[in-house]
Amino acid sequence: MKIVQDMPPVLSALDRPNSYIGRSVPRPNLARLMQGRGQYVSDVVLPRMAHVAFARSPHAHARIRAIETGRAKSAPGVIAVVTGAELARVMTPWVGVLTHLKGIKSAPQHALAVDRACWRGEAVCAVVARSRAEAEDAIELVEVDYEELAPVTDAETALDPGTPVIHPDLGDNLTFERRHEAGAPDTAFAEADEVVEATFRFGRHTGVTNEPRAVVADWNPGEQRLTVYHGTQAPHMMQNLFAKHLALEEHQVRVITKDVGGSFGIKVHTYADEMATVALSKLLKRPVKFVADRIESFVTDIHARDHRVQARVAVKRDGTITAFEIDDLTGIGPYSVYPRTSGIEANQVVNLTGGPYTCPNYRALARVVFQNKNVMCQYRAVGHPIATAVTEGLVDLAAMRIGMDPVEIRRRNLIADDAYPTSGPSGIRFEQLSHHASLDKVLAMMDYRALRAEQARLREKGVHRGIGLASFIEVTNPSAAFYGVGGARISSQDGVTIRLDAQGAIICHTGVTEQGQGAEAVIAQVAASAFGVPIARVRVVTGDTDNTPYGGGTWASRAAGIGGEAAWQAGKALRANVLAVAGSILQAAPESLDIRNGTVIDRETGRERIGLDEVARVAYFRPDTLPPGFQAELMATRHYVPRAWPFAFTNGIQASLLEVDVETGFITLLKHWCVEDCGTVINPQLVDEQVRGGVVQGLGAVLFEHCLYDERGQLLNGNMADYLVPMACEMPDIAVGHVVSPTADSELGAKGAGEAGTAGAPACVMNAVNDALAPLGAATITEMPITPSVVLRALGRV
Amino acid sequence: MSPHLVDIRLTVNGEPVNERVEARKTLVDFLRDDLGLTGSHIGCEHGVCGACTVRVDGVVVRGCLMLAAQCDGARVETIEGVSDTGEIADLQEAFEKRNALQCGYCTPGMLLTAQELLARGGVPDRSAIREHLAGNYCRCTGYHAIVDAVESVAETRSKG
Ligand code: FES
Ligand code: FES
Repeated sequence: MKIVQDMPPVLSALDRPNSYIGRSVPRPNLARLMQGRGQYVSDVVLPRMAHVAFARSPHAHARIRAIETGRAKSAPGVIAVVTGAELARVMTPWVGVLTHLKGIKSAPQHALAVDRACWRGEAVCAVVARSRAEAEDAIELVEVDYEELAPVTDAETALDPGTPVIHPDLGDNLTFERRHEAGAPDTAFAEADEVVEATFRFGRHTGVTNEPRAVVADWNPGEQRLTVYHGTQAPHMMQNLFAKHLALEEHQVRVITKDVGGSFGIKVHTYADEMATVALSKLLKRPVKFVADRIESFVTDIHARDHRVQARVAVKRDGTITAFEIDDLTGIGPYSVYPRTSGIEANQVVNLTGGPYTCPNYRALARVVFQNKNVMCQYRAVGHPIATAVTEGLVDLAAMRIGMDPVEIRRRNLIADDAYPTSGPSGIRFEQLSHHASLDKVLAMMDYRALRAEQARLREKGVHRGIGLASFIEVTNPSAAFYGVGGARISSQDGVTIRLDAQGAIICHTGVTEQGQGAEAVIAQVAASAFGVPIARVRVVTGDTDNTPYGGGTWASRAAGIGGEAAWQAGKALRANVLAVAGSILQAAPESLDIRNGTVIDRETGRERIGLDEVARVAYFRPDTLPPGFQAELMATRHYVPRAWPFAFTNGIQASLLEVDVETGFITLLKHWCVEDCGTVINPQLVDEQVRGGVVQGLGAVLFEHCLYDERGQLLNGNMADYLVPMACEMPDIAVGHVVSPTADSELGAKGAGEAGTAGAPACVMNAVNDALAPLGAATITEMPITPSVVLRALGRV
Repeated sequence: MSPHLVDIRLTVNGEPVNERVEARKTLVDFLRDDLGLTGSHIGCEHGVCGACTVRVDGVVVRGCLMLAAQCDGARVETIEGVSDTGEIADLQEAFEKRNALQCGYCTPGMLLTAQELLARGGVPDRSAIREHLAGNYCRCTGYHAIVDAVESVAETRSKG
């Protein structure tokens, strides 16, 4: 039997009687989704709704000389054909910069290209029709006269003097640059016993959410209100942006987010075609729907990674790592994505490299450049897979150079578990991590020694197995330090409102959103535990800017740690309010009472005093029987934002066991392990599944996923058949373990877990492949994805 | 250009349906747009992801690779139908217990495809389950939990 009913609770100081914290409670919304009764934006149909399709630039860089729309306008079913210049009268352009990324620059981006298309796939003209099929038919009739311009595609030469500048007003193609230096790296390198260098290359890839991006915008001139059904991670952020660029006030905009078919960071950005859809609704005064098809998704959903990192590490013969140095270059397309910018990933690479290790000397340079390809921005585990692969790749190379086991070099350099609070090489601050405990745990789970012995045995039979490790750190629970301080109106705080209904159940409204990760379950568990009702008596409402407290939504692993804490505080506050009413009815001191299992009890004896339904009845229907001047408040709101630490760093370690077929270059993943420490575990099953899902996205990155462009800026594999994502048959079972170091920033002590899997999987698979190939004298592989041809090249066979 | 229209007569989840459809309309668009059966999803429209999986005359097919016009006279079943009949209730329960879905977008297709395997009887091993589900992409779960859930149902069904 593979289904464990309920995992043993992870002990926490929060254990109230009947606590759901630490229990694998099933998510409340699953039955609906399993019966085909979900409500994804793709499913939304409104009266008078029209559909939009876009003519997209076939060129990576081209001037738009003219757009001839006459034939399209008279095509069957067509309601409107709108060009960029026309739409610009309704919607203002945006610029994706943040003030705390010093010097970052970008050019104004329009909902539809005006005058110039800057990447293959940029929308240049919209056709709105009665059906999507008719809109697509009419797109064929839109004639765009393009003058092709020289595309800038290679990040390596984007800054060369001879390269055309994509946005002449900006002066050059440099979006952002960051330099960082700590300690005395030059001295450390000069005094090192060994210096190991490598260049790491990370392929561009993308999120491939199963449900493509989707939006239905409904401008109602009668109400002067815009309602947007949007598959987004951040409804309030989008409310602000729709309002701002349509010259509306925020209260005029309602964003509703129901079920979302996968996000992973893809659906937390401003997309020109979605903005255009919203503007078209305003223009046409009727609902307009846009659902990206898969081909459009590949050329417009944000891409990520695409970094080239030259790196070196200084090491002493005893294994002490004394310095890291990196030079990171990344090409982010023609615009920095709004409003989070496309500078964050490189910034994270600088922040996170070397992060698990005690290493005082560090130098980093990160440069972000413009190019004529699709835009890049934050995708799950922003920067982490790059920093982790560079760091862990270097650590393994250093170990190999000095002849030390990869485990041993980590033991010698990982920050000691009792050294906290402390800082990483880049100055990031750690409250409490557990690298050594995690390492010990993963080694025990995998039986490292036995695997090494088996590896040696099999090698004699010509079977080439590899074992790879990767320690990592993960940014979660971001405070305002992430975006707010840079001027973006992206909330780092979040709120939960809990109301007692007239039968004694509770309704929780929260600003965090459900993307399938289980936010609603977590909010319900925490609220039930804090307030004192069975979880079946909790309903959670998310994803509606009219009906939830203002909040940031779901990104950077913040829903459980930040939304969960707000739910905890709101639950406690409502409990106090309810006990005040109960005390007044019972003529008892509220402090002598508690709520357990939906009933008010004597705190000391546990004796049942009054049901919540009865408290609600009196408060709502017979308030006249309460003492004069007493007002029952059966709704409570609390907000939370981390204040003591800018980010709640978590840590963990992953391990991979794989086999390489040296004839074909094929890699078979045999087993994967991840131990992670996300503080208090609210729902062990949900955490494990977040980790597993994240691991597989990381495995996709390291083995398969790659947006392949030619030198003209054409995406060569923009479809599901040619762009490979992990399939069930290629993926290993993934064992997950936990170490628990709660954050003291919140009472709950929960940190995030959404990025951990993606952060570490590429690094440990890369290390495992190199571990398998090293005895064959292969060149070290430092590029991703590691395709069979990369393996064969490393072996010198092609 | 006036679209070519075709009259079709079929049963969908046991109910008789008579409709006039555009010849080019795919089965999944027909189910979603004309019949409001939005449980069948669209992930790629080119036959790779499996989100559009439905059953036609008892066989699992891709709703995006078949035209509605081809279903004249057919018996079509969708996730809504097999949910209402209770045919996969045990599988759904196992998916829920094991959290074998996150966003749920792949789930209707995944359930129908898993049911196809389970209907063959016996207890397939994990790699056989993985092999069978290889044409249904899930971006959220990493598949492990789905394999667990399917395996547990196979075990239970083979005992009972
Ligand atoms: S939508 Fe049919 S296989 Fe993807
Ligand atoms: S649960 Fe989201 S794609 Fe499978």
